[in-house]
Amino acid sequence: MHPFQYQRATSGSQAVAAVAKIPDASFIAGGTSQVDLLKEGVHQPSLLVDVAGLPLRQITDFEDGVRIGANATNTEAAYYPAILARYPAVSEALLAGASVQIRNMATMAGNPLQRTRCPYFRDLAQPCNKRTPGSGCAAIGGYNHVHALFGASAACVATHPSDLAVALAALDARVQTTGPQGPRTIAFTDLHRLPGTTPHLDTVLAHGELITSIDLPAFAGRSHYLKVRERASYAYALASCAVALEMDGPKIKRARIALGGVASKPWRATSTEALLAGHVPTEKLFRAAATAAFADAKPLEHNAYKIPMGRNLVVRALLETSGLQPLAGPAGTAFAASVGGMAGQVATPN
Amino acid sequence: MSRRTFVTATLAAAALLALPSVVAAAPEAVPASLATANDTAAMLPIELNINGHRHHLQLDPRTALLDALRENLHLTGTKKGCDHGQCGACTVHLDGQSALACLTLAVMAQGKAITTIEGLAKGDVLHPMQAAFIKHDAFQCGYCTPGQIMAAAALLQDKHARHGSAVEIREAMSGNLCRCAAYPNIIAAIQEAQRA
Repeated sequence: MHPFQYQRATSGSQAVAAVAKIPDASFIAGGTSQVDLLKEGVHQPSLLVDVAGLPLRQITDFEDGVRIGANATNTEAAYYPAILARYPAVSEALLAGASVQIRNMATMAGNPLQRTRCPYFRDLAQPCNKRTPGSGCAAIGGYNHVHALFGASAACVATHPSDLAVALAALDARVQTTGPQGPRTIAFTDLHRLPGTTPHLDTVLAHGELITSIDLPAFAGRSHYLKVRERASYAYALASCAVALEMDGPKIKRARIALGGVASKPWRATSTEALLAGHVPTEKLFRAAATAAFADAKPLEHNAYKIPMGRNLVVRALLETSGLQPLAGPAGTAFAASVGGMAGQVATPN
Repeated sequence: MSRRTFVTATLAAAALLALPSVVAAAPEAVPASLATANDTAAMLPIELNINGHRHHLQLDPRTALLDALRENLHLTGTKKGCDHGQCGACTVHLDGQSALACLTLAVMAQGKAITTIEGLAKGDVLHPMQAAFIKHDAFQCGYCTPGQIMAAAALLQDKHARHGSAVEIREAMSGNLCRCAAYPNIIAAIQEAQRA
């Protein structure tokens, strides 16, 4: 681990100023992803500004939405009553991710800011444009079974690993920040970038810009998150799907679908969403929608399996969200969110 | 000779045998830590509240809580498995919740009530989860056991998971790996402690 200076932030503005003036300074809060990258030598900041003690932990249930403080832990948000009741996709995504210990530590701002799990990003012996701009991409000609189907570039084919981010994208969450240029609001779907020629930039956040909250807007429909992984629990998604469905009588008024594990950001299937509006839910409709969602997929050598897997995932997520098929477990739990294996068994509610 | 002294001595001898001859001939050239020569990080005064006792340490800010516990305070019950948050062997409690000591910088654990496996029993009276692990033979080599017990003990206090079915316990314990695969006995021990 490279040496770094450590500072405990005394206020949001002090933290922003401290990071903004040093090009390789970083904020740190939960640390679950960052400390690992420090140990690997992938992340080499000269200064860490600890924002964990800032008063940004509150979760507030407004009439027209829920504001989740940046420092609320993944556990706190997952079990927050208004989130469980009105945004179960968020609880399902959180509880199907990581382990109890990591969820107790990880923060709600930190989770969407975690870096890719592309193995080449973490291997200092391999080229990686995300880690070392201009060094090349070992994944494009390497073993790319966990890599992107959408939005990739000749510089990078990495995917974003967060489950939470996929649910937040489907719900059109907003990110509140404070930074050197003052406060602003970012649509969650605009937070992460496509790699283009600058894959080292994961998000649109400016250097020194600090997330203060994640806001869930008013939503009166049903939401659900579904995830496929290589192990039954405690594994990243190979592919995942979040659905937010609003009905108008028997017909779909509006559907939002975000795909995980397939791009450097949660991938909103916007053209597919348009196909569903105004129709009565049927499996046939959902199959057509799922086919459309992957029509533009560009598989690499080892990840074409994600296309049929993803299609089936979208169909199942839509069937379960619309009520045509029961959830695999109680809404808002890891059991509802998990496809297959031990974690997919129905848990007996107590 | 205690088991720990024996293990340490054996490992040290093995390490010497494995060293290239140039280093073995000049042991003073072996760095005292993994720190590199151009390290500039200043040592920080750090106060940790562990098992109800305050400890004052001077630590490099890079020090993980796990290393502070084991190397500086000799609380070696907390185990280093993967050191990357993948195995759960280093599970401790921070303010009563399970957390990974390997992914916690010691400097960031200040102000929190830290509980390690050494602080779980009340004197000679084992914590119910420790007693249940013994009764159900919920370990083989024992290396993951402190982390398993700390994770399981936290579940007892967790209102979302304290009366879980076997499936729910397996899901809640998925962050703790056991290479000996003592899982059925671990689940049985946790279920018994939860019923008590």
